[in-house]
Amino acid sequence: MPDKPDRNAIEVVNVSKIFGSGEGQVAALDKVSVSIRENEFFTLLGPSGCGKTTLLRLIAGFDFPTAGEILLYGQDIAPLPPFKRPVNTVFQSYALFPHMTVADNIGFGLEMLGKPKGEIKARVAEMLKLVKMEALAGRRTAQISGGQQQRVALARALAPQPKVLLLDEPLSALDYKLRKEMQIELKRLQHETGITFIFVTHDQEEALTMSDRIAVMSSGKILQVGSPWDIYDKPAERFVADFIGETNFLTAAISGTGNGKARATLKSGTTIEATVAEGFQPKDNATVVVRPEHAKLTKDKGDLSGTVENIVYFGTDTHIHVQLDGGEAFTVRQQNTRSAGCGFERGDKVGILIGNDAAQVLRD
Amino acid sequence: MASNFSIKHQPGFTTIAATCFVVLYLPIIVLVLYAFNAASSTSEWGGFSLRWFQSAYQNTQVIDATLRSFQIGAIAAVLSTIFATMAALATTRTAPYPGLTFKYAAINQPLMVPEIVTGVALLIFFSRIKIFTGYSGLGYLIAAHTAFCIPFAYLPIRARLENMDLTLERAAADLYATPWKTFRRITLPLLWPGILAGLMLAFVISLDDVVITEFVKSGGQDTLPTYMLGQIRRGVTPEINAISTAFLLLSVAIVTLFFFVSRKRD
Repeated sequence: MPDKPDRNAIEVVNVSKIFGSGEGQVAALDKVSVSIRENEFFTLLGPSGCGKTTLLRLIAGFDFPTAGEILLYGQDIAPLPPFKRPVNTVFQSYALFPHMTVADNIGFGLEMLGKPKGEIKARVAEMLKLVKMEALAGRRTAQISGGQQQRVALARALAPQPKVLLLDEPLSALDYKLRKEMQIELKRLQHETGITFIFVTHDQEEALTMSDRIAVMSSGKILQVGSPWDIYDKPAERFVADFIGETNFLTAAISGTGNGKARATLKSGTTIEATVAEGFQPKDNATVVVRPEHAKLTKDKGDLSGTVENIVYFGTDTHIHVQLDGGEAFTVRQQNTRSAGCGFERGDKVGILIGNDAAQVLRD
Repeated sequence: MASNFSIKHQPGFTTIAATCFVVLYLPIIVLVLYAFNAASSTSEWGGFSLRWFQSAYQNTQVIDATLRSFQIGAIAAVLSTIFATMAALATTRTAPYPGLTFKYAAINQPLMVPEIVTGVALLIFFSRIKIFTGYSGLGYLIAAHTAFCIPFAYLPIRARLENMDLTLERAAADLYATPWKTFRRITLPLLWPGILAGLMLAFVISLDDVVITEFVKSGGQDTLPTYMLGQIRRGVTPEINAISTAFLLLSVAIVTLFFFVSRKRD
């Protein structure tokens, strides 16, 4: 909401979580700080074991931080038990109560809050409608499909109108098509309810399509926070660039840094302009990344030159793997047309043109 | 192919299985059959009659011992199930810690220690208390039965708890349920089949006990099994068969009831 002043729903301040003791000590979270804005669809993205689920559990109250504060609208909730936090969770396994009906599951939170019966009934009806499950209100949770269980889990967590909704890889158990549907459904629910969503996933595509902002995590640290566009096009570190999408890494000599830009001289001798990761002063040598779709193949001389090694057809596009003359590998992604092939063959001597604004200098 | 291996098609399987069933059930069938014997012998058939059931029913000692067995069994089963439920919760709803295995062993101790040892130990222990307090009621038997029934009640309850998804309790806490409400509304309802299984198992085990009861009981505190044992010493009549048959029917009824109750709950 650009016209509203940004308020922070959650502020994680210097939070560490250490498991084990002595020699076997493992820092699942290492002095993590991040602010999550009100009404935001915020995603914690990273490979398994990166600490994203641990952070979610700390916010939910299933575990307590070793150090640091977790503020919910300015109030430190880190020491509170889960039942005293106005935060609800959608679990990866859904965790629906098997001995209750769909409606009773959805009403459970309100009942525990001591709401009057009439209010619970009205709210449950509203929630059933929101997730389009009115017809199955009286069913046991074992009698409905995985996708329907997912909807009930969402309705149950949304019913008490939490200040923040936590979602722990909720789509991972669904098949591809249903997952796509639920991604859209989740965005709709977030929009309609106006509740802050914190979503945990290891699926970079899911993160890019759904989030307002993404925090990329690795080994207990947050490496970069930004919009999907920032994360994809302006990765700050090698890990971020590598984890999200496909990318080409090139070593280059850097000169003329300033204004967030630098001149990068590639091994081929060509010099291109590149953006620089925020707050970073590159030294002489650095890694430059170029996304495969931001480079173009040519039969003439380009910024780089090499030999076509392999051509892989993907339907919407074709990936052309090139062995650069300097020995490095480089992939170019080329949009397909119906009428013509990609125009290149294995063994062709080719040039690679790197577009203006296509290269980014990494911090590593 | 390993997947095609079937124990049923191994040589001798049918013979071994049939032998086991015969050894198991033939004596019981004979026992039940002679309960309906008109003659006073447990080996010679004198025609069909219900006289021994009638005679057992009119025998006040039998009725007295039966009622006492039920009384002890019911109280001991309920008490041991309560203790077993608490023990099962305490040993499963916790992160593993050093000494947990020792606690398992301590809870299951009555399964390992020979009954005769427990019997003698309780005899000596309770006789001291009897001297001090002067109390010689059924309390001793109930306490003893409760103690040795705990592991039998504990095992099915713990098995049920271990199969229960911990996330359910976490979800309840997340939805504003206090620990007590989580227990009442989530854990306990899902645990019921285990608790019922434990309760019935404890009841049957208590009903069946001879060794410990024999040592602990005071005069005039015969349970049905100890009464039967006493009778057999004086020679067997088909009355014992009749009592055993009634006992068997009761056990079958309890097990059947449990089967249906637990199936409905799932």
